[in-house]
Amino acid sequence: MAGPLISMRDINKYYAMGEEQAHILKDVNLSVASGEYLSILGPSGSGKSTLMNIIGCLDTPTSGSYLLNGEAVEELSQVELAGIRSREIGFVFQNSQLLPRLTAQKNVELPLIYAGVPPKERRNRAREMLNRVGLSDRMGHFPNQLSGGQQQRVAIARALVGNPSLLLADEPTGALDQKTGRQVMALFQELNAEGRTVVMITHDIHIASYARRVVHIIDGELTEGEAGPEGSDPHV
Amino acid sequence: MFKQLRKTLMMLGECFTMSLSNILNNRVRSFLTVLGILIGVTAVIALITTVSGFSGTLSSSFMNMGAGTLSVSVTGSELKSGMTAEDFEALTALDAVQGITPNVSLRSRLSKGGKYKTNVSITGKNYFYFLKTEGAVERGRPIHPTDEASSTFVCLINHTIMEELFYGVDPIGETMYVDGVPFLVIGVLADSASTNLVSIMSGSASVVIPYTTALKMNNANVVTSFTVYLADGADSEKASATLTEAMDRMFSFEEDCFTITTMSGIEDTMNSMLSMVSTLLAGIASIALVVGGIGIMNMMLTTVTERTMEIGLKKALGAIPWQIQLQFLMESFLLSMIGGLLGVALGLGLSFTLCRVMGMTFVISPSAILLGVSFSAAVGIIFGWAPARKASRLNPIDALRAM
Repeated sequence: MAGPLISMRDINKYYAMGEEQAHILKDVNLSVASGEYLSILGPSGSGKSTLMNIIGCLDTPTSGSYLLNGEAVEELSQVELAGIRSREIGFVFQNSQLLPRLTAQKNVELPLIYAGVPPKERRNRAREMLNRVGLSDRMGHFPNQLSGGQQQRVAIARALVGNPSLLLADEPTGALDQKTGRQVMALFQELNAEGRTVVMITHDIHIASYARRVVHIIDGELTEGEAGPEGSDPHV
Repeated sequence: MFKQLRKTLMMLGECFTMSLSNILNNRVRSFLTVLGILIGVTAVIALITTVSGFSGTLSSSFMNMGAGTLSVSVTGSELKSGMTAEDFEALTALDAVQGITPNVSLRSRLSKGGKYKTNVSITGKNYFYFLKTEGAVERGRPIHPTDEASSTFVCLINHTIMEELFYGVDPIGETMYVDGVPFLVIGVLADSASTNLVSIMSGSASVVIPYTTALKMNNANVVTSFTVYLADGADSEKASATLTEAMDRMFSFEEDCFTITTMSGIEDTMNSMLSMVSTLLAGIASIALVVGGIGIMNMMLTTVTERTMEIGLKKALGAIPWQIQLQFLMESFLLSMIGGLLGVALGLGLSFTLCRVMGMTFVISPSAILLGVSFSAAVGIIFGWAPARKASRLNPIDALRAM
C-alpha cells in the first residue's frame, strides 16, 4: 500500500471553554506506517485523549488534514465517520467497556452487527477471534464472570473482529494489575508481530516503552521520543 | 437496493432482540412503565365491547318485542279527542294492519278481604293483545271478545298482586275490588314476559282488564294510546304512512293530533345515543393512553441517560445515528405494544365478565382491538421519538467520557 496508514498535517484543535478558546492540539504532525507499533505518551491534560479521538475518527480537527488509509477524514459527516470507525479502527478502552448483559461472544459480535454482517458469519468470526486471544473456553461467560485481564482480552477480540487496519488502545492496562497488564502487553506485541498496526495512548512510560516507537505529547505539542528496544520486553 | 433492504431488515431484527432483552432485564420497571398504556387500552376495549354488547342485547330485545308493531299516541283535536271502537275497526281493515290493541291505563286501589294495595297500575287491553302475546297468561283464561263487547268486570293479575292479596289462596274465580268495584279474577299473568327492556321502559301492568271496562272506570269513551300490529312482511315505514293517511282523515286533517312511533325508530335513536356515549367514554379513557405515553417517554429518557456509555461504545464501534435511534424507538414501541396487547386481553376479559353478569351478549369487536393496538403502537412511536433522537445525537466522545 502506498503512503502511511495515518498521515496528520498541522492538526489544530480548539475547544470553546466559556468565553475563551482552549488550544488543545498545536500543529500536530504525525505519520504512522502500516505495521507500526506506536505509543503516544503524555500526562493527563496534555491533549492525548483529544488526539486519540481524532485518530479514532470520534472527533474532527479544527484545522489541518488527516488522511487515514488514504481517506481524508477531517470533513466527513457523523454517518461517514461511523462507517470509517466500523471499517478501519478497533478500539480498546481503559475499562474494557463490555456490555454487562451480553456474553463474551455477543460482545465481540457487536461491531459486526453495525457493519451488517449476517448472524452466522458473525458468530464464527467472534469465536475465531476469542480463540485468538486465548478465551475459547469463556465464550458463553458474562463480563462479571471474567477476570479483569480476561475482560480486556474480550475487548481486544472485539476490537479486532472487524479486521480493522488500526488497533487503537487508550490506557489499555490502566485498570489492570501489573501481571495481567504485562500479559495484555504481550498480546499486543504478538498482534503487532502478525502485522497489525497498533497505536496506544498512555501516561505510563513503562507501558509506552513496550511499543517500538514512542512519541511524547505535552501541552498539545507532539515530539518524537526515543524508541524502546525493538521487539523486546524491557520489564522481564 | 436489495442488499440495502436485507441489511435494514437484519438491523430491525437485531434491534428487536436487543430491545426485548432490555425490557425483560428490567421486568418490574418495564411493567410499571406500561401500566398506563395497559389501563388505557383496557378501559377503551372494555367500554367499547361492553357498550356494543349492550346495544346488541337491546336490538335483539327490540326484535322480540317491537318488530312489526307501531305505537300510536293520540292527543286529539277539539272535535275528536281520541279513538273509538269504530275507528279501530276502520284501521284494522287496512291491508297493512293485522290488528290493534288499545292501551288504557289507570291507577287504582285494590282490596281483597282485609288486605289492600294502593296506586296499582292497571291496563285495559283487548283479546287481540293476548292473541299476539304468547305465554302472557300463565293460568286461567285471557280476555275474550265478549268481555270487551259487554265491558265485563274481569281481570288478570300478576304474581306480585297474587302474593300480596291472595296469599295461600287460588285467585282464579275469586273476587277482588278495584276502587270498590268487584272484579272476577280470570287469570294469572306470566312474570317472565315483563323482564325485558321494552316492558320495563313501558312500565309493566300489574292488572289487565278489558279496555272497554277500563274506559268506563276512567269515565272516558275514547282511547288515546294503542299499539298497531302490522301484517306479516309489512314495511313499518310504509305502514306508518298508510296509517297516518287514514288517521288524518279521521281527525279531519287537523295537525298534531297523533304521533306514530315505530320501534325501529326508537331503536335507531337509542343506538345513536349509545354510540355517542361510548365514543365519549372511549375518548375519556384515551386520556389514560396519553398519560401512559408520557410515562413511557419518561422511562425512555431515563434509559438513554443510564445507557450513555453503551450508546457511546456502540457509536465508537461503528453504529450510525439511525441505528441507535432505531434501537430506542423499537424499545419504546415494544414496551407500548406489550402494554397494549395485555390491555386488549384484560379489556376483553373484563367486558366478557361484565356481559356475563349483566346477561348481555358478548361480542368481540375487531375494530376496538384494532383501535387499542394501533393506538398503543402510535403512542410508543410518538413518545419514543424524542428520547430515541436524543440517544442518536449523543456525541460519542461525551458518551464515552461518562464511563
